[in-house]
This record gives sequence, structure tokens and C-alpha cells, in this order.
Amino acid sequence: MTITADQTAAKPAPGPLTPAPIPPAGTKRTGVLPTQGRPVERPAAAAHLTDQQVEELGDELDAIRDEVLAQRGAQDAAYVRRMIKICRALEVGGRATLLFSRFKPAFVLGTGALAVGKILDNMEIGHNVLHGQWDWMRDPDIHSTTYEWDFVAPARGWQHTHNDLHHTWTNVIGKDRDVGYNILRVSEDQPWKLRDLGNPFVNLLLAPLFEWGIASYDLEWDMVAAGFKSKEAFKKDLNAFKKKAITQVLKDYIALPLAGAVLSGSGRRALIGTLSANAIRNVWAHSVIFCGHFPDGAEFFSEEMIDGETRGDWYIRQMLGSANLSGSRIFHTMTGNLSHQIEHHCFPDLPSNRYIEVAPKVRALCDKYGLNYNTGPLPKQLASTWKKICRLALPNELPWQRGRAAATA
Amino acid sequence: MVEILHGKPITLSCMGVKSAALRAMSVFTTPIPPEEYLRLVNPLASSRQLRGVVTSVTPETPTSATITFRPGSRWQPHQAGQWARVGVEIDGVRQWRSYSLSAPAGADPAVTVTAIGRVSTYLVRNTKVGDIVFLAPPQGDFVLPAGPRPLLMLTAGSGITPVMSMIRTLVPRRKDADVVLVHSSRDRTASLFTDELQELAAEHPGLHLVHRYTTDEGRISFADSGDLDRLCPDWRSRKAYVCGPTEMLDAAHALWERTGLPDTLTVERFNTALAPEVPGGGGQITFEKSDKQVEVDGSTPLLLAGEEAGVIMPSGCRMGICRTCLTPLLSGRIRDLRTGETHDDEGELIQTCISAAAGPVHLDC
Ligand SMILES: Cc1cc2nc3c(=O)[nH]c(=O)nc-3n(C[C@H](O)[C@H](O)[C@H](O)COP(=O)(O)OP(=O)(O)OC[C@H]3O[C@@H](n4cnc5c(N)ncnc54)[C@H](O)[C@@H]3O)c2cc1C
Ligand code: FES
Repeated sequence: MTITADQTAAKPAPGPLTPAPIPPAGTKRTGVLPTQGRPVERPAAAAHLTDQQVEELGDELDAIRDEVLAQRGAQDAAYVRRMIKICRALEVGGRATLLFSRFKPAFVLGTGALAVGKILDNMEIGHNVLHGQWDWMRDPDIHSTTYEWDFVAPARGWQHTHNDLHHTWTNVIGKDRDVGYNILRVSEDQPWKLRDLGNPFVNLLLAPLFEWGIASYDLEWDMVAAGFKSKEAFKKDLNAFKKKAITQVLKDYIALPLAGAVLSGSGRRALIGTLSANAIRNVWAHSVIFCGHFPDGAEFFSEEMIDGETRGDWYIRQMLGSANLSGSRIFHTMTGNLSHQIEHHCFPDLPSNRYIEVAPKVRALCDKYGLNYNTGPLPKQLASTWKKICRLALPNELPWQRGRAAATA
Repeated sequence: MVEILHGKPITLSCMGVKSAALRAMSVFTTPIPPEEYLRLVNPLASSRQLRGVVTSVTPETPTSATITFRPGSRWQPHQAGQWARVGVEIDGVRQWRSYSLSAPAGADPAVTVTAIGRVSTYLVRNTKVGDIVFLAPPQGDFVLPAGPRPLLMLTAGSGITPVMSMIRTLVPRRKDADVVLVHSSRDRTASLFTDELQELAAEHPGLHLVHRYTTDEGRISFADSGDLDRLCPDWRSRKAYVCGPTEMLDAAHALWERTGLPDTLTVERFNTALAPEVPGGGGQITFEKSDKQVEVDGSTPLLLAGEEAGVIMPSGCRMGICRTCLTPLLSGRIRDLRTGETHDDEGELIQTCISAAAGPVHLDC
């Protein structure tokens, strides 16, 4: 199913040296990508397409986007407002219930409501608002320049690493820092290092602490050490993080338990409740997000493949590099519609409620042009992701395999 | 402590308690402002955006209506003659327009809107009691003089709205009021506030009313002082206010200049300069903060033009994905290079990396 493995096999065996940190993405291309032309190298999974076909594919995807833009209106606005209302009610209800969590049903209900509230706030609302999906409404409360989420990583820093770097350079090894977040090996194309032996353990630890992992990742420590990020910029980001972290910890782990203790002697339970709600959200977000680009079959790309990239090639990279999750409407909402990762990557600023109707059209185009549309239910995709992360703890070829390959040659 | 018993300090201390309560609540709601949760029960609660709830909608003429609203707590009371920006959502998109407040000073704000275009027609036809409108604080210098003076009001069409607020404020409350109102409208049915004005004039000798129906009598000429001399012989000794179509404002202004009395005339303009669409696009871009200007064609992204001129501009993906480049459009018209659509809303945040000039453009960077 995956062609990534063959690709790496053809390349010289990666050396044991630690690669230099990835420099910040910088390029002079500005504006709309050209519709005609071809990149230096087209990914193997799209190599069967002619330049003409790639151009047509680009036009067809543009047309899908234009169709949604033409219809976007009051109904979409009502959708996001409804989501926000539900989310705020769950949050405030969950917290209020936790104040009386000495009683077991209150503990279970409060924790559950708060966890779901946080998931909605971070995923269906926060992630998508911060993408600017709702900027067209011109509502300052639902805008990419003002929204702040109930997540320890400050929104502005995340927008830089996510919207700017990850979405532009999706799955390009050496450019997209989300490929393993600097701490994991998720692609055969990443050279193996000794520390990768810890791959599964690092991932196991990252899942419940996801918000802290992302906050640290957004600070780009390695960029400062390598001289790509100025000390001042780092300091500014670090201060923003400290401020956010203090208020988040104060809210969830001090103020609420304290109030619970005073009101009904529920201090300890309330603390367990907020810790659990955050952990549930963390594990859920981690699982969904890792299924977006890391299951088997999601492609990675080289810098040659984006050199001279056309609009159609850009779309192809987004589609081949992303993977969807299948499920019910509620499931899609709970994943922040990141279950429609392919559609989200093709159209990052279309309102998330529209991905569900766009998905069959994108899938039909993939079929038409012979491109893999990677999708499956969560358990399957998650298992595939974990298997890969375990497999990649070891080098692509173990010493004895290399010996065997040489012998057959 | 004793002062607390008197009006003002009580409200002050209420405000103090309220803001302290909000601050305490924000410990539990951070990073989301407590108002976002309060809004579940109070639709006017908002930390970023002043809101008002519509309390009445009164048709005035076949094409206009007065909309009264109760504003949220951060509203500052208006002075008679001032205007406010009003925001409504049409097809999910917030649209802002300016409207003079026609209610007297001290009363709940009201706007009287005449349906001539997209937003005004929506307001007149679709507004219902209970709707939420968005508001900006009242502003403007078209206000009554500080001391008592004889006044002349020259209005036409919907230009009467700010003057109506002045008359409602002044005439019933001041015995020494001396106001002449000369109001032009097409005919009786198109004329705003006719009944109320006639009642006021009958009741208060301080208001002298002249209605000019232009379909029958033609427009007032400001080419010379003839018309005015007839309608209000002592016009030169009055402080004058004029509000109406641009031609009328310009002509009145010129007459007062010629007469050597420019300081006694106060003008209110409803029309803002429109940004015309330039075929083929391109134009001059002015980067206000950096004080730089460049001439560009209709396909060069504003981001590129700015950088080449040495303007420090925010950017990220440079291809319309990340929105790092959002910059306020101060005035002018831009074209989205992906969709070909043009935008000209003042203050709108635009993506400079995929927008080009479609005429002269002023950017806030
Ligand atoms: C300080 C100030 C106070 C104002 N007070 C009032 C008020 O009290 N009552 C009121 O009804 N309006 C008032 N206006 C005008 C109002 O802000 C809008 O411009 C008006 O309602 C038209 O908006 P629209 O969206 O309906 O029209 P648009 O869809 O924006 O425009 C439609 C068409 O109407 C034309 N047009 C726009 N404005 C005018 C105009 N004033 N006269 C003639 N043609 C025009 C445009 O050229 C355009 O072709 C005021 C404006 C200002 C700046
Ligand atoms: S720089 Fe990313 S949207 Fe303009």
C-alpha cells in the first residue's frame, strides 16, 4: 500500500549523524501558485499524471472551493455560533458540577462535560477559528486575530508553527516540522538516530501531556540554538507561554479545587476531575491529530517535489500527505472535522462544517485521477499510526537485513 | 461613606463591584472573557463588542423606519446631533454603516434609516424587536452650540435625522429656544417626522417650521441668497446647520463663504467617498505607517509591492493559507487574486499576499 518504503530503499542508507535543525521555511514565492508547469520531481504516487491532468485537477479543486464560497452565509454563521454556545454551556456546567464532585455522579458528569467542552473549544472551534475559517463573518469574537483557546499553548505561537509552517510545507521532509514534532520518527525518510529507540515511549508520554508538548514545540527551542530564531523572539514567546501556563494552572488546578473545597469539601475530587478532563482532551487530540498525517499510506515529500510546484501539485501533496477518519457526524464534530484532514489541507480556510459535503467530491476526484484517498475508522488508523511509530524506533534496515540484501544483489 | 447615598457614587460603586466580580470570574474562565459565558443568559454581554437590543421599530415613511435600541452598559450617552456606527449581520457577514441618532439627548438611542442600498434596506425591512445590533460609541461635532443662540436648520431627505435629535432635545425643554427649520423633501409622504414637527411647532413658539416639497416647488437655490432671504430673512444672524445631499451641502457652504460667514455654518455629510472599481486594476498603494507610496499593476500582490518598497510587512505562507499577513485596509479597493472578487470595506483585514490593488489603496502598515 505504501510506496514510501520503496522510495527510501532506493536512497543511500541514512547515516547515523544527527541532521542539522530544519531552517525556517523561507521562499520567495508569493501569491497564487502558477497553474501550469511542473515540479523538478513529481511524487511517485502522482507520477502517472501528465502536466495537463495536474492542471485540470487543480481547476476542479478550485471549483469546489469557489462553490462553497458562493454559498457560505447565514447558515454557516449559525452553525459556529451554536457550537460555541454548546461548548460554553458544557464548560461552565462542567466546572460548576465539579464544585460538588464529592458526590460521585457530579464527579463523572462534571469531568465528562468539561472534557467535551475542552475538546470542542480546542478542535471544532479553536483550531478552525485560528485558521481564519470564520474570519469572513467579521465577528471580533470569532476571529483568527483575537481567539484564544483553553489550551496551554498560546494561540499566536501555534498559528505560526501550524498555519504558516505545517500547512504550507505539509509533509515535506526538511521543511514541515510537524513531521515528528522534533521528538518522534514518523517517516522512513527521516534518518534514524539512537534516540528513536524511545519512539513508542515518547509517544506514550506525549499523548496525555499533549498540550504541554505542543506548547514546548511552538517555542522552537532548536531554532534558537541553531541561530534561526532570535533570542528576543524566543523570549517574547516564552513570556507569553509562561503567562498562559500560569493562568491555565491557576484556573484548573488551584482556583476550581479551592472553590470546591470551600463549597462542599470537594477539593481533591475537583482536582482529579480537571486533571482528567485535560488528560482526556490531550489523548483524544493527540490520537486524532496523529491520524491526520502518520498512518501508513500517508506520503512524505522531498524538497525537489516542491521546487516549481504548481497549484495542482500543491493540492496533490495535500491529498497524498493527509489521511481521513470515517465516522458519524458527531464523531466528525468531536474531531474538529480533522477527520476530514484531506479536505482541510486542500481548503484550510473553508468553514469546517462544509468539509463533510466537500469530501465525496474530493474523493471522486482522487478516484478519477488515480490518487490514493487514505481513509478508515479511528481504531484502524490509530493502530496503523502506533505500529509505524513502533516500527520506526528501529532503523529502516537492520544490519542483518542489509547483509541479506547485499547477498541477494 | 455618606456620598454613597447620593446618586452618582452609588453607580460608581456598582461599576466597581461589577468589574471586580468580572475579574474574579475571569480566574475561572480564562482565557475566555467571562462575558462570553454571561452571554448564554444576557445577549448584550460582550467584552469586545458593544451591543444593543432593538426595543421598537416604527415605520416613518414607505421607505424608512426608526429603530430604537437599549444599548449594553458600556454605551456612552449621545449628544443631540451625533451619529454612531451600527453593525448588522447580513448573510452571516457583519456590515457596518453610520447613522445619525434621531432620539433626543438622554433618551435611548434610535436611528432613522431610509432604504437606499444593501444595509439600509435590510435594516428597514428586516429588523424586529429583540434583534441584536452591534454598536460603536457615538461621535461627531454636529452638535448644538454651547450657549443659547438663534438657529437655522437646513435639511433635505434623511438629512433631517441629526437635526430632529437637536429639535427634540432643545425645543420642549428650553423656553428661550429660537429655531427655524427649513426641510426639503420630495412630497408629503416622503417627508420624515412631519406630524411630530407640526405638533412641536404648534405647541412651542420657539420652533418655526418651513416644509419645502420639491416635486411641486422645486429645490431651494443657493446660487444667490434670494431663496433664503424669503424663507428666513434673518438667516445671516443665525447659527446654521445643514445636512442633506452632497450638492446641497456644497452649494450652501459656498454661499456662506461668499457671504463671509463660513464659521457660522456647520455641515454634516452622509456620503463617504466611494472607492470606484478601476478596470484592469492597479493603482497607487499608500503604506500609511511607513509613509511610503508605490505604483503597481493589477496582479502584483500588495505584500510583494510593500516589501519591495522597504515596508516591514507581516507574512507567513505567502500564498493565502495562514493569515499571518492580515493588514487593515484603510481605504480603497483591492482584488482577491484567487477569486477575482473585490473588497472596499474600510477597516477590513485583508490578506496582502494574495490581494492586489484595484485602484488607489491605503494600507495600515
Ligand atoms: C455621519 C453619517 C450619518 C448618516 N446618517 C444617516 C441617517 O440618519 N439615515 C440614513 O438613512 N442614512 C444615514 N447615513 C448614510 C448611511 O451610512 C449609509 O450610507 C446608507 O444607509 C446607505 O447604505 P447602504 O448599505 O444601504 O447602501 P450601499 O449598498 O452601500 O449603497 C447603495 C447605493 O446607494 C448610494 N448611496 C449611498 N449612500 C447614499 C446617500 N447618502 N445618498 C444617496 N445615495 C447613496 C451609493 O452610491 C450606492 O450606489 C449616514 C452616513 C454618515 C456618514
Ligand atoms: S502570508 Fe499566509 S495568508 Fe498571507
